Amino acid sequence: MIRFTNVTKSFARGGTALHDVSLFVAKGEFVFFTGESGAGKSTLLKHVYMDHRPTSGEVRVGGYKSNEVSQRDVAKLRRKLGIVFQDFRLLEDRTAEANVAFALQVIGAPKAAIRDRVARALHQVGLVTKATSMPSELSGGERQRVAIARAIVNDPFVLVADEPTGNLDDRASRGVFELLTQINARGTAVLMATHDVELMRRADFRTVELAHGRVIHDTGGDVGTLPLVEER
Amino acid sequence: MSATRELLIGIRRAPLLGALSVVTIAFALFAIGLFGLVAVNIQRALGQVEERVEIRAFLLDNASEGDRAAVMTALTGYPEVADVEYVSPDQALAKAREELGEFSDVFESGFLPASFEISLLPGHRDPESVARVVARIRTLPAMEDVRYGRDWLEKFYQLRNVVAAAGLTLGLTFAVVAVIIIGSSIRMTVLARAPEIAIMRLVGATDGYIRRPFLLDGLLKGIAGGLLALLLTWVAHVGISRYVIPTEFFEPRIALAGLAAGALLGLVASALSVGRHLRRV
Repeated sequence: MIRFTNVTKSFARGGTALHDVSLFVAKGEFVFFTGESGAGKSTLLKHVYMDHRPTSGEVRVGGYKSNEVSQRDVAKLRRKLGIVFQDFRLLEDRTAEANVAFALQVIGAPKAAIRDRVARALHQVGLVTKATSMPSELSGGERQRVAIARAIVNDPFVLVADEPTGNLDDRASRGVFELLTQINARGTAVLMATHDVELMRRADFRTVELAHGRVIHDTGGDVGTLPLVEER
Repeated sequence: MSATRELLIGIRRAPLLGALSVVTIAFALFAIGLFGLVAVNIQRALGQVEERVEIRAFLLDNASEGDRAAVMTALTGYPEVADVEYVSPDQALAKAREELGEFSDVFESGFLPASFEISLLPGHRDPESVARVVARIRTLPAMEDVRYGRDWLEKFYQLRNVVAAAGLTLGLTFAVVAVIIIGSSIRMTVLARAPEIAIMRLVGATDGYIRRPFLLDGLLKGIAGGLLALLLTWVAHVGISRYVIPTEFFEPRIALAGLAAGALLGLVASALSVGRHLRRV
């Protein structure tokens, strides 16, 4: 479903962020990406939602190939992905439900469908009672839940979470992590970059460790046997 | 329509920024409007002077009735000629006396020659065209002399060319300055909404979708700025007419063209600003 083949990413002024990375993520898998700051976790995830394209090698996500996609294809791909960041990236002047609805509005979903799906997503993240709250009225954990609701409202096949618990206290982190595992249990693959060793210990998920842009350890050696589903 | 909704959200969020953009656009266009007002009025004054360009063809004293008719026929047949008027010696005398007023008795009858007063069509009043027509008139029968105020005409055209060149340079400079000002003002709007644009991209909005509310915004700001500029120019025209010198305002079609130019400027400035932003992020 997601395949990195000999991916190297160099920046004109920032050196090489990824060195010859090859890995495969199967449908419905949960993968931790870990490593020191600057190890290449975020760069790797950016290749998944094609914010970056490899300098050499190829990334395939669903049916989309990094070497062939147009800007329009990238937009289409992102409609099938959910993306969550450490800093939430919510629109501060809109309510929680408006933030979630935004993801559907920009792709032209019908109004009635937006209402139903937003309600369902907020229910899934446990924020039905906060639907009309503004982001400034929510705690960090709640804000991240809104961001997750926005990410899953499109029923994505992959959820990319770049340090989703980085700004949260332990309790809120655990809550967000549990939410991600529930989403994964429903069949959505989750790619999560994290420093949090405690969280990684809580579940026996595949862990890919990066250092200086290289994969130095991958606990999922046998994942190649999982079914490869090319979605489009 | 979602572009309208996004536009309204943008306006509601930063009404001051929006108003500032409109006022900036209005003043940039007002500068062009004022300049246009001056240009239109100078052009009109020059046009009125140009209408007075005239050729006078004097007949020989012994010209026959037949010569006179032949010259008249030839002159009215020239494609450059707008009007020909025959002035008999008596009419010439009356005219001269009228023009001289109290000194009118210096003229005795009968010594002024008969002549033709020839006015030319617009587009044939420049020194070269007039000289060409004059050369042809000189070949007609019974011609004594042909005059058209050559020196005056050449100086007038020099002045006209200087005014036109200065006008074009100033006008272009104003237009470039207006484009830069309008571009920066729209760019502020784009930057103010940069986080939103980033989120739109993350959730799969196409660049076309992201662009639409900005284009609509630029277009409306251009129209609003254009209307305000037109109003300011009209107020300036009324003020100048009342206290300085009578001026004429733009014809409605020119005013409408100015408004359309404002709208187009807003649209293009928006398209460039948002396009540049989307390429960078």
